[in-house]
Amino acid sequence: MVIAQVPEIRIHQSQLLPAPGSPEEKRPAKAVSREISAIRAFLLSRGNSAMADRGFHGLMVLCALSIFGIVALIATELVLRSKMAWGQFGLDFFYKAYLDTYTGQPMYWDPVNGHFSALPFLYGTLVSSFLALLMAVPLAIGIAVFLTEMCPRWLRAPLAFTTELLAAIPSVIYGLWAVFVLVPLLREHVNPWLIKGLGWTGFFGDDNPTGLGFLAAGVILAIMILPIVSSLTREVMLAVPHSQREAVLALGATRWEMIRMGVLRNARIGIVGAVILGLGRALGETMAVTMVIGNSSEIHRSLLANGSTMASVIANQFAEASGDLHLSALMEIGLALFIVTIIVNAFARLLVWMVTRGAPSSTH
Amino acid sequence: MRTLTDHAVTGLAVLATVLVVAPLVAIFVYLVYKGASSLNLDFFTQIPKPVGESGGGMANAIGGSAMLLGLGSLIGVPIGIGGGIFLAEFGRGTKLANAVRFTADVLNGVPSIVMGIAAYSLVVVPQGHFSAFSGGVALGIMMIPTICRTTEEMLLMVPNAVREAALALGVPNWRSVLAITVKTASPGIITGCMLAFARVAGETAPLIFTAFGNAFWSSNLNQPIAALPLQIYVYAISPYEDWHRLAWAGALVLIVLIVLAVSLVRYVTSRGVLKGAS
Repeated sequence: MVIAQVPEIRIHQSQLLPAPGSPEEKRPAKAVSREISAIRAFLLSRGNSAMADRGFHGLMVLCALSIFGIVALIATELVLRSKMAWGQFGLDFFYKAYLDTYTGQPMYWDPVNGHFSALPFLYGTLVSSFLALLMAVPLAIGIAVFLTEMCPRWLRAPLAFTTELLAAIPSVIYGLWAVFVLVPLLREHVNPWLIKGLGWTGFFGDDNPTGLGFLAAGVILAIMILPIVSSLTREVMLAVPHSQREAVLALGATRWEMIRMGVLRNARIGIVGAVILGLGRALGETMAVTMVIGNSSEIHRSLLANGSTMASVIANQFAEASGDLHLSALMEIGLALFIVTIIVNAFARLLVWMVTRGAPSSTH
Repeated sequence: MRTLTDHAVTGLAVLATVLVVAPLVAIFVYLVYKGASSLNLDFFTQIPKPVGESGGGMANAIGGSAMLLGLGSLIGVPIGIGGGIFLAEFGRGTKLANAVRFTADVLNGVPSIVMGIAAYSLVVVPQGHFSAFSGGVALGIMMIPTICRTTEEMLLMVPNAVREAALALGVPNWRSVLAITVKTASPGIITGCMLAFARVAGETAPLIFTAFGNAFWSSNLNQPIAALPLQIYVYAISPYEDWHRLAWAGALVLIVLIVLAVSLVRYVTSRGVLKGAS
């Protein structure tokens, strides 16, 4: 009897084991969580187009594997091309300066004499990203709180759409806007005021009249990372179960106390993840930063001075690099950027994932 | 006191929202104000004039962008959709699928400039010169993770009963996936592709040292080619007033295209992807 072999048919089937004799049986460890229904497994195992099916399956696996391939390819290419600089400078590349023979000043990046050190670019990347986070994080949390807890219903969709739109604007258009609107604004109105008020700290030196520099880069970066930080913060805040809010409100808390104790405290790991993801964006952001940071390969304490980030120096010098060693040094900066952003992104994804997947089920 | 804090925080949140919306409004106002005044028919039909001559347009850059994006889509769309089908249909819950998903998310966060130098060392160095092809490769690689993830999400929304119905009729699995599941989710998949398309349409960093830019018409895949975002960048940092105007006009064209794409995506997804499909 053929019918006797047909397994029981259920539509909600996630707890069913795969049918006997099906290819699924070879992976028994994960059998419980696989959402393949018994009838499907049964049909899969005896269709007369098993060859075509297997071919199609293989093709799709290949597509999926190509994503690993791309990452591996990028990594090997960058490692191979940066070998020369690595062999020449080793780890010194990332922290050492050399002293100029004539002036005795520390020099970092000197394509003419073939001395390369990535220190000013590391510094520039860190300073501009940190400035951006300083400005963007409070604003992002503010807008996320407003959207999830306070906003009237009719305003919610347009506002969410607006922040989404902010994410869709290309980097180069932010740069264009920054060059012609933001930088003059900073130069005329903000910088003089900063120099007068905070010049004594040494962070706002009065020696760069152009308005370009770390501060301009930080502001435009803050605007650019706002959408991703705020939308992810919103997501983790929405993942906090309603019972938490109701419990705190039932104890007589005001709305702010409810947000602080019921929402923000529960979502804090996810918010940290969102901020780190924003950091990942800020570290690698290229065009807008290149257009406003001023592109100098020196280290200044002043936030109003010109500088460079790792991404901006690549964008600026790569196409006209003056020799193999120069090119190789730029490749090594690219490799460092690649590794750092991968680590930062992986870490952030893990944190966000922990909250949005793990938390709701465990707190209910 | 507590009520006061409550009101203060509400005020702060509203202030934050206003501060976020302000730059967006400012950018759009400037784009329309500066861009519209220098936008005319010449912009779409002429190639750039040499420095000093006024007029000229970005026709070659628009054509070049279209070509680069077409090439990128040719690489990115099939691989991305294939990866998405694997994640949703074959690998559900397996370790491999989780690893692929994670890698795609991480790849999504890799800076575009790194993609640019990777494409440079993969294509430009062996070829010996800048080319449109290398730019297309860079853009294509960047499209894969986005398309892969949205395809997966859209396929997961297709109810299992639809798949089972197809299989019950004796349809082979591959046909059931392509003709039933993917077709049911196709509006969502197409919007995902458009999202990826809109994202790479504005990318400049990976094109600086792959497509490189070109002041003339070119349709040769082996030659450097102009691209709209690249042209905007070059014109924006140039010292000429005339070129600045062209940069604003180009930015306006670019942003209108992108906003149209994003709004369309928004419209389709808000209507319910699977409405009327099954």
